[in-house]
Amino acid sequence: MLGEVNLFGPQLVLMCVGGMLLVAELVVRDRRVLVATAMTAVLGAVAYSAILLADGKVGRTAFDEVLVFDQFALFFQFLLGGVALAVIAASWDALARFPSRQGEYLALLLFSTAGLMLLAGTRDLIGIFVALELTSISQYILVGFHKDRLSSEAGLKYLLLGAIASAILLYGMAILLGLSGSTNLSAIAEYVADGDSGVIEALLLAMVFLIVGFGFKAAIVPFQMWVPDVYQGGPTPIAAYLSVASKAAAFAILIRVFLEALGAELLSAHWSTIFAVLAVLSMFVGNILAIQQADLKRMLGYSSIAQAGTILIGLAAITADRSISLGSGGILFYLAGYAVTNLTAFLVVIAVFNRIGSCEIDAYRGLGKRAPLLGALLAFSLISLTGFPPTAGFFGKVYLFDAAVQSDLAWLAVVGVVNSVISAVYYLRPVKAMFVDEAAPTVEMPARWRPNAPLALTLGLTSAGVLVIGLAPSLLIDVANEAVTIFVD
Amino acid sequence: MGEGFPILSVLVFLPLAGALLIALLPGQRVHWPAVAVRVLPGDQQASAKWIALAFAFATLVIALVLFVLFDRAGSGFQFTDTFLWVSAQDVGFDVSYAFGVDGLSMPLVLLTGLLTTIAVLISWRINVRPKEYFAWLLVLETSVLGVFTSLDLIFFFIFWELELLPMFFLINVWGSGRRSYSAMKFVLFTFFGSAFMLVGFLVMGVAAGTFDMREIQESALAGAVLPVPAIFAFIFLAFGIKLPVVPVHTWLPDAHTDAPTAASVMLAGVLLKMGGYGILRLLFTLMPETAAAADVALAILAAVSIIYGAVITVRQTDLKRLVAYSSVSHMGFVLLGVAGLGVVGMSGAAMQLVTHGLITGMLFVVVGMIYDRTHTRQISAMRGLAHYLPLLSAMLVFAGLAGLGLPALAGFVSEVTVFLGAFGRHEPQTAVALIGVLLAAGYVLWALQRSVFGPRDERWRELQDVRAWWEFLPLGALVSLIVLLGVYPSVVLDVFELGVRPIAEGIAVVQPDVVESEALEVARLGRGG
Repeated sequence: MLGEVNLFGPQLVLMCVGGMLLVAELVVRDRRVLVATAMTAVLGAVAYSAILLADGKVGRTAFDEVLVFDQFALFFQFLLGGVALAVIAASWDALARFPSRQGEYLALLLFSTAGLMLLAGTRDLIGIFVALELTSISQYILVGFHKDRLSSEAGLKYLLLGAIASAILLYGMAILLGLSGSTNLSAIAEYVADGDSGVIEALLLAMVFLIVGFGFKAAIVPFQMWVPDVYQGGPTPIAAYLSVASKAAAFAILIRVFLEALGAELLSAHWSTIFAVLAVLSMFVGNILAIQQADLKRMLGYSSIAQAGTILIGLAAITADRSISLGSGGILFYLAGYAVTNLTAFLVVIAVFNRIGSCEIDAYRGLGKRAPLLGALLAFSLISLTGFPPTAGFFGKVYLFDAAVQSDLAWLAVVGVVNSVISAVYYLRPVKAMFVDEAAPTVEMPARWRPNAPLALTLGLTSAGVLVIGLAPSLLIDVANEAVTIFVD
Repeated sequence: MGEGFPILSVLVFLPLAGALLIALLPGQRVHWPAVAVRVLPGDQQASAKWIALAFAFATLVIALVLFVLFDRAGSGFQFTDTFLWVSAQDVGFDVSYAFGVDGLSMPLVLLTGLLTTIAVLISWRINVRPKEYFAWLLVLETSVLGVFTSLDLIFFFIFWELELLPMFFLINVWGSGRRSYSAMKFVLFTFFGSAFMLVGFLVMGVAAGTFDMREIQESALAGAVLPVPAIFAFIFLAFGIKLPVVPVHTWLPDAHTDAPTAASVMLAGVLLKMGGYGILRLLFTLMPETAAAADVALAILAAVSIIYGAVITVRQTDLKRLVAYSSVSHMGFVLLGVAGLGVVGMSGAAMQLVTHGLITGMLFVVVGMIYDRTHTRQISAMRGLAHYLPLLSAMLVFAGLAGLGLPALAGFVSEVTVFLGAFGRHEPQTAVALIGVLLAAGYVLWALQRSVFGPRDERWRELQDVRAWWEFLPLGALVSLIVLLGVYPSVVLDVFELGVRPIAEGIAVVQPDVVESEALEVARLGRGG
């Protein structure tokens, strides 16, 4: 029993420190102490995972497989831990806006991270639902944390739509449970494998419901309605968190559920088609709507929808047997590259917002002259999002498109590359604003300024990540492929 | 220059190192300590351009040394420099870091080194954000050199894409007219083509099991997820846009016209060449059967480009735009020569890449110099310029005559070789293309007559002719090279022949009716060798 709790350690660390922070906030008001505590908690959780790894615990399960500690879960624990650290660092200035609720903010962030880590490491429908609710409820509050009109509206919208998505997800799970008599993914897989074709309609219905529930978190069209408002209205660090961490965990659970429970050939042909269609929809809708945005946060919101579409190409490419690891490994690689890239972009947006109080693209005019390094880093991350070499985004896309081609989905790769071209239209616009246009006279921009130290340090690390993955992708490719070997029989 | 020394890596990345060095130069606000002021040039503008010149010239010297050391009796790729860069076990995704030059790429590498040095020189008076300007120029050189020397499809693609950003900024910041529109149009057109090219590469790589262009065989592509003609079309789209071929040429006049002079020189001089080079290196080498089957269509496209480009050129009133449109026509000859399928046609096409680079590069240089003085590009406004700017006008006349294919100048050699190589196979298309030469004579002479000649115009009385060393040097180099290649083309043509012979042999295997021994003799006579 104690051994089983041991596997739950990383999440427990986060939950306990989160709870402590809620109480400590009553007496401790020092931002430095609270932030340091939260960061230590995340580091502790990641270190815990590393110790479990070193201890040979990989592959163990706990609580009837509600908790699994495999390479796949481990990959996401490290990824999500890194993202959480970056988001906490990025929140330094935002915390000053609500001095009496700093602990609450950090605690919710830790709860949510624990939920996402659990989501990536569970093999049970109940576990999935609990993890999803744990993270979602924390996020609803975080989105509305500013308590102003835009923020509250975003929070409410996210809550209502999220509740509907959860309900639909639960319904899908109920169908699976009713058919197979188990909430365990392996048991469901067995049922699907030797189940008669008479229940295929019910299975398909459950499958679609699951896609709705997870697709909401991953911001896939047509479940993306919340994205632009939440990105624009919520605290910017939270938008960064949603765009990277939530999306990563959502794809993690999509991969796990569809490969472990619904991977039988009977179903996989269907979900491969569904994912391909959703990929095309997400890419086109996200990219085309992003073109018209004047607000950089909104633009990044739509861009994250399009990026989700690109990642779906990997899911659609999974079916053919030989490319199981190529498609899913490609997704993991892409998610890691996307995480550092999008964090870099958001960190610059946060730094600029802290200074000039605007996220309008017009306000970025002339930034290249005033803050050349910040401007260059934002440009670099946007170039990576477009998929230009030598960046993480380039290899991510090449890898996913290669997976599509190997799975006989060349048409999907064509749609993907055409969408890269469309995305260049809006990704290059802030670049032009910063480095070509003259500064707008209406926006007052200080002559010399630097972002605060935690943010600057994080920015340095994430942007270095974008470059390193772009120049030497082999290591990450190997790690990503290693992580998905558990799905290959 | 031993076997192990990675000389090509040095060549390709030397300009990038220069760009980084320039980027790291301190901004204006830094106050140097007193000692440093005496050592370093006072303003960053001067140091940026001197660093750029030093690195561009060093690259040119290395290219020249390689050209001299290049083994003209050898075969295949020389100075190769290879290691496995990205290796993904078990998933069939290996990318090599692979450089090498053969007879086809060697002269183009030299051309790139030369034109970049010239581009730096003619930018000597740039005073808007000079640091960034010269840095981007050098990044551009690295990307073009990388394209000409890469031996791995993905590696090639990386350099191909890398070229977009420097051009985006060069046109956008230092351009004129509708520069933002032109820059974006350039990026989107090129990116659109290269996007399809990437899919083509991936399909090829997956089917052949490797991205190494030395190992891919057309027979291995039979099992690809796309039919081979589709792969061919995908990749041709990228090269066709770059070359450019009508009807996907519309980015060219805008980009050329609105770009700063040096960027126009680089665009016309080397960037377009990437299209012609790619057609020979990738399409005709890797897919000879499909290429041979597409020859008629390619020749028709070529003829259309030549005639359409020339007709549009005649109507231009802006001298820079006129030069830009003439490129469409001239690059059509490249496609025509390639469509001839034989050694002669392909050598001519490759030769046309170099001669067009020199001649059109020179035209842009001269037009830029005239514009710097008169601040107009309207042909009608330049009336009588020869009275006040005799040397510059003579240069314009010289480059114009070279452009229309005057014998004993470089353009003549390549065009005649192209015609000889293409006529046997595509009589009607070649005959139509010949009309393009007549039209070229028409628009060049007419433009010259309307611009530099004619009665004096008092407006230009104060203008000063070429005087600065950084103006003399590029003009002198270009004139001597255009004459040299006109009277003694073998110095480059023999190297090209070495490079295209294996390509032509590959095609001859699948298309035995490509008989060329006679035509080759004619060609030798024709180029006065």
